[in-house]
Amino acid sequence: MTGVLTHGGPAAASSGITPLLEVHDVTAGYGHSPVLRGVSLTVPTGSIVAVVGANGAGKTTLLRTLSGLVPLSGGTVRLDGVDLAGVAVEHRVRHGLSHVPEGHGVVAELTVDENLRLGGLWRRDRKDLKAAVAEMYELFEPLARRRSSPGHQLSGGERQMLAVARALVARPRLLLLDEPSLGLAPRIVADIMELLRTLCDERGLTILLVEQNVRSALLVADHGVVLDLGEVVASRAAASLLDDDALRHAYLGF
Amino acid sequence: MDQLIFLVGSGLARGSVFAVFALALVLIWRAARIVNFAQGAMAAVATYLAFAVTAATGSYWLGLAAALVGGALLGLVVERGVMRFVAHTSPLNSVIVALGLVTIMQAGLGIAFGNGYRTMNLPFSSTPIVVGGVPLLSPYNIFVLVVAAVLMIGLGLLFTRTPLGLRLRASAFAPETSRLLGVPVSRMLTLGWVLSSAVGALAALLVVPTELGLNPHATDMLFVYAFTVAIVGGLDSPVGAVVGGLVVGLLLSLVTGYLGSTLAPIAVLVLLVAVLLVRPGGIFSAKEARHA
Repeated sequence: MTGVLTHGGPAAASSGITPLLEVHDVTAGYGHSPVLRGVSLTVPTGSIVAVVGANGAGKTTLLRTLSGLVPLSGGTVRLDGVDLAGVAVEHRVRHGLSHVPEGHGVVAELTVDENLRLGGLWRRDRKDLKAAVAEMYELFEPLARRRSSPGHQLSGGERQMLAVARALVARPRLLLLDEPSLGLAPRIVADIMELLRTLCDERGLTILLVEQNVRSALLVADHGVVLDLGEVVASRAAASLLDDDALRHAYLGF
Repeated sequence: MDQLIFLVGSGLARGSVFAVFALALVLIWRAARIVNFAQGAMAAVATYLAFAVTAATGSYWLGLAAALVGGALLGLVVERGVMRFVAHTSPLNSVIVALGLVTIMQAGLGIAFGNGYRTMNLPFSSTPIVVGGVPLLSPYNIFVLVVAAVLMIGLGLLFTRTPLGLRLRASAFAPETSRLLGVPVSRMLTLGWVLSSAVGALAALLVVPTELGLNPHATDMLFVYAFTVAIVGGLDSPVGAVVGGLVVGLLLSLVTGYLGSTLAPIAVLVLLVAVLLVRPGGIFSAKEARHA
């Protein structure tokens, strides 16, 4: 049996070649005004891709489009070759897609344990679910100590941790993360970014990360995509984006 | 003292029915953020169904089964056929549509069964058992209390101990997040209506024969009291519905017994106003309001 967290297998091990996610010429938005205009990007298996850009660039809309919360009005989204257009939001998790929404989406009224179990209920295999939840308690010790606390009693860092753990209970192949650093102290942001790198390196998890916190995101990512007003204006190795002063001044504001 | 024991007993029996009906309101409120003003009329339809089935077969229990199944189906039809299409732009929309449903259902019952009172059979005697000269509960009161208790415990276990219950709660609290986690939220919403409508039907069937008398408007007062219960307890809180139901049942019973039946509805309204003044969200409302 391979790692409990991914269904990766050999494909995940030989990272960086096969694209897990292919976004091609995607147009999407609310009502009649598209927020995304012809966005294309690929996320190679076993890598971290960071999408950065100013407020209103369409970063959150991009993730919401990938998980199906915002309808696609043009273009295609393929996950491991499967066109997601015909897959309902609540079925995408079965295809290996986990989306941690902006503001983490921890259900405040449910306990830590209930939140975690919720992440794997779709599989209906109770034993497997138990094992996955137990593994999360090992991986995230602070959560184990608070397993029966309701979500609203957790600190911001704990909530983000819970949101990531809950997504991992589903054993995703692709993790979509919307602003995990939002509202967190720099020290905790660093911890979370380090965690993402570990998950990617040691467990072969593929991550698409959207961040306002450009520096932290590009430091942890392999590849960076700059989004501006719904269009991709740059897409290259994360390190080279950080070094590009002109680009940083123009689109990222620092 | 003798009278007090009797009043408390019958008050608790009646209160347990209010509690069950209020639970039905809470179930829909939690699932859909709709106060189902049609709950009473829907329960009346199910009660008439029980009446018709019992009349045709001679069996109270078949009638009860028909009320539960009919109530559940009615919940399905109302949600999938009507409420699903009501725009959520204003909470008033669903209220108006529900009131329309009330009119249609009550008129339909009048056409089908006439507007007069009908007599319903009871499975057990409604004469109080006398112990040492003191009239205690009637066998029917005991039946009502047992059914209500079993139902409350069953619902409690369903919601807190089963994966389905976890799905139902998550869908109610955070529909979007739940969908992202693979929960079929739309199906959970329908299930909430089905469950609620069946529970409401059962409550009506328990209380209509002895307290209200079967007619198309039989459940109007039940709705009013149960709505009060739900507000007093907190629309979000199943525990509040149960405690509120027992409190309102006791209050009605005691005020009727000691001060006269004309004062009983006023006492309930005084309680409602007092709770709204002191704790507008209800006694058992969540401390932290939900914004998303």
